[in-house]
Amino acid sequence: MTDTTAEETGTPEARSAGAKFLKAFALLSESRIGMIGLAIVVFWVSMAIIVDILPLQDPLAQTRGAVNMAMMSEDKTGVMHWMGTDSKGRDILSRLLHGSRIVLFWSTIATVVAYSLGMLMGVTAGYRGGWWDEIISYIGNVLLAFPQIVLLLVILSAFGPTSTFGLWLKSTLGLDKTIVSGGLIVVAITFSTAPQVARIVRGIVLDLKTRDYIAAAEVRGERPLRIMLVELLPNARGPLIVDACLRLGYVIITIALLGFLSLGLPPPDPDWGKMISEGREWGYFGLNMMLWPALAISSLVLGLNLLADGLREISLRD
Amino acid sequence: MLQLAGKRLIQMAMIMLTVSILLFLSFEADIGNLATKILGQYSTTDQRLLWLEKNGYNEPLVYRYLQWAWNALRGDFGESLQFATPVSKLLKDHLLNTAILGGLVFGITVSISLVLGVLSGIAEGSPRDRTITIVAVVTTSIPEFASATILVAIFVFWLEWLPGTSPFTDGLTWADANQLVLPVMVLVIYNFGYYTRMTRASMAEVMTSQYVRTAILKGLPYKRVIMRHALRNALIAPFTVMILQLNYLLSGVIVTEVFFSYKGFGKLLYQAATFNDSYVIEACAMVAVFIAVFSQFVSDIGYTLLNPRIRLS
Repeated sequence: MTDTTAEETGTPEARSAGAKFLKAFALLSESRIGMIGLAIVVFWVSMAIIVDILPLQDPLAQTRGAVNMAMMSEDKTGVMHWMGTDSKGRDILSRLLHGSRIVLFWSTIATVVAYSLGMLMGVTAGYRGGWWDEIISYIGNVLLAFPQIVLLLVILSAFGPTSTFGLWLKSTLGLDKTIVSGGLIVVAITFSTAPQVARIVRGIVLDLKTRDYIAAAEVRGERPLRIMLVELLPNARGPLIVDACLRLGYVIITIALLGFLSLGLPPPDPDWGKMISEGREWGYFGLNMMLWPALAISSLVLGLNLLADGLREISLRD
Repeated sequence: MLQLAGKRLIQMAMIMLTVSILLFLSFEADIGNLATKILGQYSTTDQRLLWLEKNGYNEPLVYRYLQWAWNALRGDFGESLQFATPVSKLLKDHLLNTAILGGLVFGITVSISLVLGVLSGIAEGSPRDRTITIVAVVTTSIPEFASATILVAIFVFWLEWLPGTSPFTDGLTWADANQLVLPVMVLVIYNFGYYTRMTRASMAEVMTSQYVRTAILKGLPYKRVIMRHALRNALIAPFTVMILQLNYLLSGVIVTEVFFSYKGFGKLLYQAATFNDSYVIEACAMVAVFIAVFSQFVSDIGYTLLNPRIRLS
């Protein structure tokens, strides 16, 4: 609502926001791979949004006698399973599309949380310097010394959903098991991702810090927090938008990977990584069940990477 | 130079120390939980207390940490709860297997990506360059467990050329070498893209430099310009990045080992994590961090040694 009304009344700010968006789109449309990437991402995002109103089977409903069916086959009740069924007789197409919502939901949350913390860490380390920088960089170095999966395995086995801490969250606080698992995954991903973001932001801020407008803000007597959040971060956004796209792709891979390693979200909700690992137990008969989620996750990450490439291309051209 | 190496070594030691404290606190601070895990859910409180007393868990935390760290330094990481074998023995066997897989992958990935990176970097913007870049983006977008799935579908079930798992039940023998093909392929496919793009960027930058232009203008054969003038300078940056990337390679190795049931370091760590085998997780994480920190050290020192601008200043 705000968008349209603002445009009609013609507030300069709103007009420029709409115009900026159109301009960015026009720029991106010059990059063919960027547009392909955008199309793939938009496809999956819209699937995640409208999946409820699509004429699909229930993703959790198990059909008796219709187990491990091949693609394009009908079960005895005459229901068509376009992508076949899994080892419990559930419709793969439906699980795949419902899975897109789960993957995109949790990966977006994890990326936003990790990014916010990482940007805060990076801008503080870069702008404040001195001890702030020493301490933040040290924390980052310690966390980045772990290969990412090792860090995730360590965090999730010490504090994961089945640890004393996870059980405490579930029993004492009475939280839902999906929320506990998802929350712990978000925390684990933040631990492994935020330091990387912080490192990039710190590098950009060290450069921006020497600009005249920062000196001007300091002379005006603005508080450091305001300088960091209002003056520095918005001006660092160019490379960060590209990086965020790539980062979201990595987070999606990580979440699916945790699902594949049975450390992810609890069953029976469809999670692409989990679907692959369920199929793996069935060897040849599970092949159909593994291939679709493998293609889905590859296409989504490919879309994000192509989009990031397109964005980088246009940002270099300016 | 020596000063730099010394400084880096101290930083390395500090990070290892911090990591060891964090690991110890996450897995062994809660001794009640530890006793339950070892003696089983149905042990009585008395049994647990007795066990804690007998194994010295009632000592202060600091004392226990020092003892654990001292033993770990001597290579004694305790005994696995799951396999009832000393952790050091498990680690030794599994690490060797991982070193074989990782070494093969690293060698192949580096050779492929150097060739492709140079080929696309010397002709920036050409159709060849664009094709290589797009292939690199596509392959780095397919995570290891997805590409493993697709490759298994093709080579194991459709063409029936290769085995779909790599358990090496008779040990590593030449007869079973075909079990290594798929894991190596999966890891190379995922990793070569990034290396290629690094090499390409570095090569493209060098090609626009003054000295390469001079060399071309003074009439040297093109091949010679590339081989003697451009390549040697262009490889410094990718070299350091490739060594730094060992960290990421190790992450990928873990996934691939789990997928193909390859008895390596990653499989061990994964089994330990799902079983909550504290001592094995601690040991594996320490080893992984050591590899990561050490490769960073090698890359730092290597960069200084290779780059004359830094070395001579």
